[in-house]
Amino acid sequence: MALTRDEVLHIAALARLGLSDDEVARLQGQLSAILDYFERLKSVDTEGLAPTSHSVPLVNVLREDEPHPSLSCEAVLGNAPRHEDGFIKVRKVLE
Amino acid sequence: MTTVATDYEVVIGLEVHAQLLTRSKMFCGCSAEYSAAPPNTHVCPVCLGMPGVLPVINRRAVELTIMTALALDCEIPEQSKFDRKNYHYPDLMKGYQVSQYDLPLSRDGWLTIETEEGERRVGVTRVHLEEDTARLTHVDGPDGSFSLVDVNRSGVPLMEIVSEPDMRSPEEARLYLVKLRQVLRYAGVSLANMEEGNFRCDANVSLRPRGSSSLGVKVEVKNMNSFRSVQRALEYEVERQTRLLDGGEAVVQETRGWVESEGKTVSQRSKEYAHDYRYFPEPDLPPMQVNRELVSRLRAALPELPDEKRRRFEEAYGLTRYEAELLVESRARADYHEAAVAASGLRGDARLQRAKQVANWMLGDMARLQNAQNVDIEAVRIQPEQLGQLVAMVEGGQITGRSAKAVFERMWREGRSPHEIVAEEGLAQISGVDELRGIVERVIAASDRAVADYRAGKTEAVQFLVGQVMKQTKGRANPGTVRDLLLEILQNG
Ligand SMILES: [Zn+2]
Repeated sequence: MALTRDEVLHIAALARLGLSDDEVARLQGQLSAILDYFERLKSVDTEGLAPTSHSVPLVNVLREDEPHPSLSCEAVLGNAPRHEDGFIKVRKVLE
Repeated sequence: MTTVATDYEVVIGLEVHAQLLTRSKMFCGCSAEYSAAPPNTHVCPVCLGMPGVLPVINRRAVELTIMTALALDCEIPEQSKFDRKNYHYPDLMKGYQVSQYDLPLSRDGWLTIETEEGERRVGVTRVHLEEDTARLTHVDGPDGSFSLVDVNRSGVPLMEIVSEPDMRSPEEARLYLVKLRQVLRYAGVSLANMEEGNFRCDANVSLRPRGSSSLGVKVEVKNMNSFRSVQRALEYEVERQTRLLDGGEAVVQETRGWVESEGKTVSQRSKEYAHDYRYFPEPDLPPMQVNRELVSRLRAALPELPDEKRRRFEEAYGLTRYEAELLVESRARADYHEAAVAASGLRGDARLQRAKQVANWMLGDMARLQNAQNVDIEAVRIQPEQLGQLVAMVEGGQITGRSAKAVFERMWREGRSPHEIVAEEGLAQISGVDELRGIVERVIAASDRAVADYRAGKTEAVQFLVGQVMKQTKGRANPGTVRDLLLEILQNG
């Protein structure tokens, strides 16, 4: 199943990635190969099986509502390229 | 030939987001109290969206959502799960929001609103659970425009309540919001304060020719920060769409933001492509099986809700629907009334009489002072039993209605008991004939004209004389006794 160039660009835009023409062509092939793999999964007979959203047999893993200490503000800002007055500072994006 | 303007029907649906009253965040143990905390101090690797962390569902948040759903008469399916809603914005640390897509915690409920035409049910499509985003503050400086990110709010439990497109006017939308806020507060699940941002509302608005059953093109309206702005924004939007349709133009399906300062909605056109959230099941959170025993336990934990309480107030206290509705506006107000009545220990008709009088004070003088001074019932200095005592003193004839007003104002200011104030001010009613006789005689002696009028057959002159006595006694005289005495002296004189 071949993804079109436009579909790759759409996916890139959703992920906020700027791609060169070469990269678009390369990803077209790679993403298509991933989809082909899912096509193969579709050939498995699932007749009579309930749909599953998770692959592990766990249910109701909950925690009690108790607050725990958080990181220090310094640690939180440690990875931020820019910060100001305790805030992480990013370029303004208007939606 | 004249053209007749089309009669349009307004169709409004609302999406409300309410923060839940939990102590910790939705999927991590950070404190959920973000508003007063310095920026980025309630943050951990989970709510910061670091790779490799393991979120765990907050049990209380699930319970509060189910309680809300039950209060809205929703069904609670046995299976529920969380999903990832993918999009990129600086307020979203992980690049996705954990929300619920096809298996929400609840669906198919309703909320009853009281419109001018009577009660109406507004359908509730679903109530689901998700997480709040980080808070952005936009700043423009000489070096460009920036957003300052505070991650404290990221991951705070957020409940989304989606209504059916059942509202037919901006006023009905406002009534729905007021009622929903009341229910959330009664259930104790959220502070539900719009101005503080823990209760937010987006609206879908469309018009269709009256009688048509198909839906018109809908516009999503955002950025409304108060009940008033919701109503204004929706009124503006209805008018804008009416004008477009009447002019033969089409309404564009889009998102519009309400600009409070300009009193209008503006297109938020920057989205070039429709949102494509690519929902998929959250692999880090195992699904939930909501067992029926939990649902019954949560149902039992729900307090009496506003509609039930209103009906009980009407029946138990003989109040009108309108009075009962005002009294049950908040749990605290209703509790105040009940405490004032209960303190009397009265039964039967005497209890009804007391309940009515307490309601009159609460909805009259007290409400007036509360509004003027912006005081919540919780902060009123008069204790419920003190208000009950004041009513009892009027009923028992110890003070006049007129004095009671003055006593009430002092109770409001000083929070002291009415007995204390009456004793101190010498406001006790003068009912004794002997005490009053001298004053009445002096008034008669000083009012030749009124006395002459009375003797000439103008009986209303007595009212003037009663007024004079009341003035002399600073309102403390028992008006009935004064009247009897006046008539006795005038007839004998
Ligand atoms: Zn955290």
